Amino acid sequence: MLEVKQLRGGIEGKEILKGIDLSVKPGEVHAIMGPNGSGKSTLAQILAGHPGYEVTGGSATFDGQDLLGMEADERARAGLFLAFQYPVAIRGVTNAYFLQSAVNAKRKERGLEELDTLEFADLIEARLAMLGWDDTLIHRAVNDGLSGGEKKRNEIIQLATLEPRLAILDETDSGLDIDAVQAVAEAVNKLRSAERSFVIVTHYERILKYVTPDHVHVLAGGKVVMSGDMQLALDLEARGYDWITNGVAVG
Amino acid sequence: MEPSAVDQHVNQPYKYGWSTDIESDLAPKGLNEDTIRLISEKKDEPEWMLEWRLKAYRNWLEMVEPNWANVTYPPIDYQAIHYYAAPKRKDQPKSLDDVDPKLIETFEKLGIPLQEQKRLTGVAVDAVFDSVSVATTFKEELKKHGVIFLPISEAIREHPDLVRQYLGSVVPPNDNYFAALNSAVFTDGSFVYVPKGVRCPLELSTYFRINALSTGQFERTLIIADEGAYVSYLEGCSAPMRDENQLHAAVVELVAHDDAQIKYSTIQNWFPGDEQGQGGIYNFVTKRGRCEGRNSKISWTQVETGSAITWKYPSCILEGDNSIGEFYSVAVTNNRQQADTGTKMIHIGKNTRSTIVSKGISAGKSQNTYRGQVKIMKGAANARNYSQCDSMLIGDQCGAHTFPYIDVRNPTAIMEHEATTSKVGEDQIFYCKQRGIPEEDAVSLIVNGFCKEVFRELPMEFAVEATRLLAVSLEGSVG
Repeated sequence: MLEVKQLRGGIEGKEILKGIDLSVKPGEVHAIMGPNGSGKSTLAQILAGHPGYEVTGGSATFDGQDLLGMEADERARAGLFLAFQYPVAIRGVTNAYFLQSAVNAKRKERGLEELDTLEFADLIEARLAMLGWDDTLIHRAVNDGLSGGEKKRNEIIQLATLEPRLAILDETDSGLDIDAVQAVAEAVNKLRSAERSFVIVTHYERILKYVTPDHVHVLAGGKVVMSGDMQLALDLEARGYDWITNGVAVG
Repeated sequence: MEPSAVDQHVNQPYKYGWSTDIESDLAPKGLNEDTIRLISEKKDEPEWMLEWRLKAYRNWLEMVEPNWANVTYPPIDYQAIHYYAAPKRKDQPKSLDDVDPKLIETFEKLGIPLQEQKRLTGVAVDAVFDSVSVATTFKEELKKHGVIFLPISEAIREHPDLVRQYLGSVVPPNDNYFAALNSAVFTDGSFVYVPKGVRCPLELSTYFRINALSTGQFERTLIIADEGAYVSYLEGCSAPMRDENQLHAAVVELVAHDDAQIKYSTIQNWFPGDEQGQGGIYNFVTKRGRCEGRNSKISWTQVETGSAITWKYPSCILEGDNSIGEFYSVAVTNNRQQADTGTKMIHIGKNTRSTIVSKGISAGKSQNTYRGQVKIMKGAANARNYSQCDSMLIGDQCGAHTFPYIDVRNPTAIMEHEATTSKVGEDQIFYCKQRGIPEEDAVSLIVNGFCKEVFRELPMEFAVEATRLLAVSLEGSVG
């Protein structure tokens, strides 16, 4: 589904990713771990197509399409979703309206009829019921005046509604208390399926206690320095990043 | 309201830039007492009206063009303008059947159908073309309720006492340079009188169209709501794309008596000039309302997207105890447009309240200024004001400026002022795009959200229009 080969790139002329390889198959959950500055978030932003980042080498394909040649909105409509580490506020626009616009942009491209407000209300109600969450967030402005936990929960509601094929979670667990981490993890488990893949970018292994990844990769200095399974995450928890990154230049 | 028309985002330049090919009856270029006599004669005015105009003109001659606004433009040659332009016709048209079909067609193209069967439901329209009103719809229906809705030139002839009593009572002819000019040469505009206890059953609206070359438009509007009356009025406007600058200097006066309410909305879409700043309308306007009676209320809502230069401060004089003044504004500038706009709230009566919500959006190389004054006079015990001024910048070559003046002379006053400046950032747009929303739609979404508090004040029929206009006006502003 996602094939990343020797991907290099960075921001403002500074190369942060120095040749990343990553292969995600349908239904798989990959965890990407690493210390601060290792390039985890840069990888997430570059895959999603943030215009502030530049790609300096390598390739990335999504379902065989050249991901790097697509605009951010094209990538999204093709089924790539990024849960933001710092979700952005949009004043005066409700989450419901925002999501309806997003759902309809996707439907329009596929030649499906756009959902009107009532049809969309049914859709969102069904998705919230699936998550077991109430609808208080839906009628508030997009990330405007929301607490950190609410913002992250809001990202998950968007994920559940847009039903992407690949979801990248960029430190969705950071800054959350343990109950909130658990709630997010539960939601991810409900959204896991044979067709949908996840890339969970995280600094800590604690979310992985609730969402068991198929693969764990450790990033350091802009490269994948080690890959393994859940055991690798547990080893990291016990021994810290120094155990792996010693001897690897942290860029 | 939700920005429900955002998806109607269209790729087109100024949509109303065409002109109507029609023979005009033009006053010779230039301004002098003869010009004024000619206008007065054309309008078949009584002697007192002519005298009033001449007095204003003599005042104007003594005055100096103001230069304190945050706008720059080359000197205006007041002798190079035609002060009267009207489509040629033999007689005064008695009904719509007598109106030149070209004019009917013009307004239809502007989305203002005048024929009975096509009229907008619930909205009575006065259509003004250059210096004359061509048609006013629903006149008779309104008459049944005692509501007078007429072109002001007709009102001067038919209701001279009412006009004489109120004309210039809120904006005196010597109020300022452009008001004096308007008082001397005004040609048409609307007159509204809503009698005691009547809630005007229709939305009233005037559509101003500038067509002829090298003309100025000097509209004059006067709205009076008698005790307990209510009226909602909307003005719209547009002009052809020309590479000369055309002057539009209007005066609007509102008077609200005890328990009366006037809601005045504007969707200003004059030609803004091209990308290089060639052409466009100079919109120098004086709008003021007097809440004369107790518990009266005047509410200004404006969506300003057009004009090369806007100089405009719709204000409220809160004279009656417990009276309320409101100002809700969205001003959008793009390319090389300049806007200096805001409001004045003068609190005189006890327990008077005012609310100011101003949203300035600047894009391109434009300059957008909010200028507002809140004055609490000595006798205005327990006055309250809430002001909120938000600026949004799109791109890095535009400017946003805020000049709030506050003058409090009564210690019981409560004043609140909030101001924010934000940028439509790459991050906001990226966030929308990451959810699959295309870039142009994302900008519309963000801007409409920003303006929401103002749009919800607009009459339903026009809120969608405003949303759409905003999208067009910001076309291509994100690179």
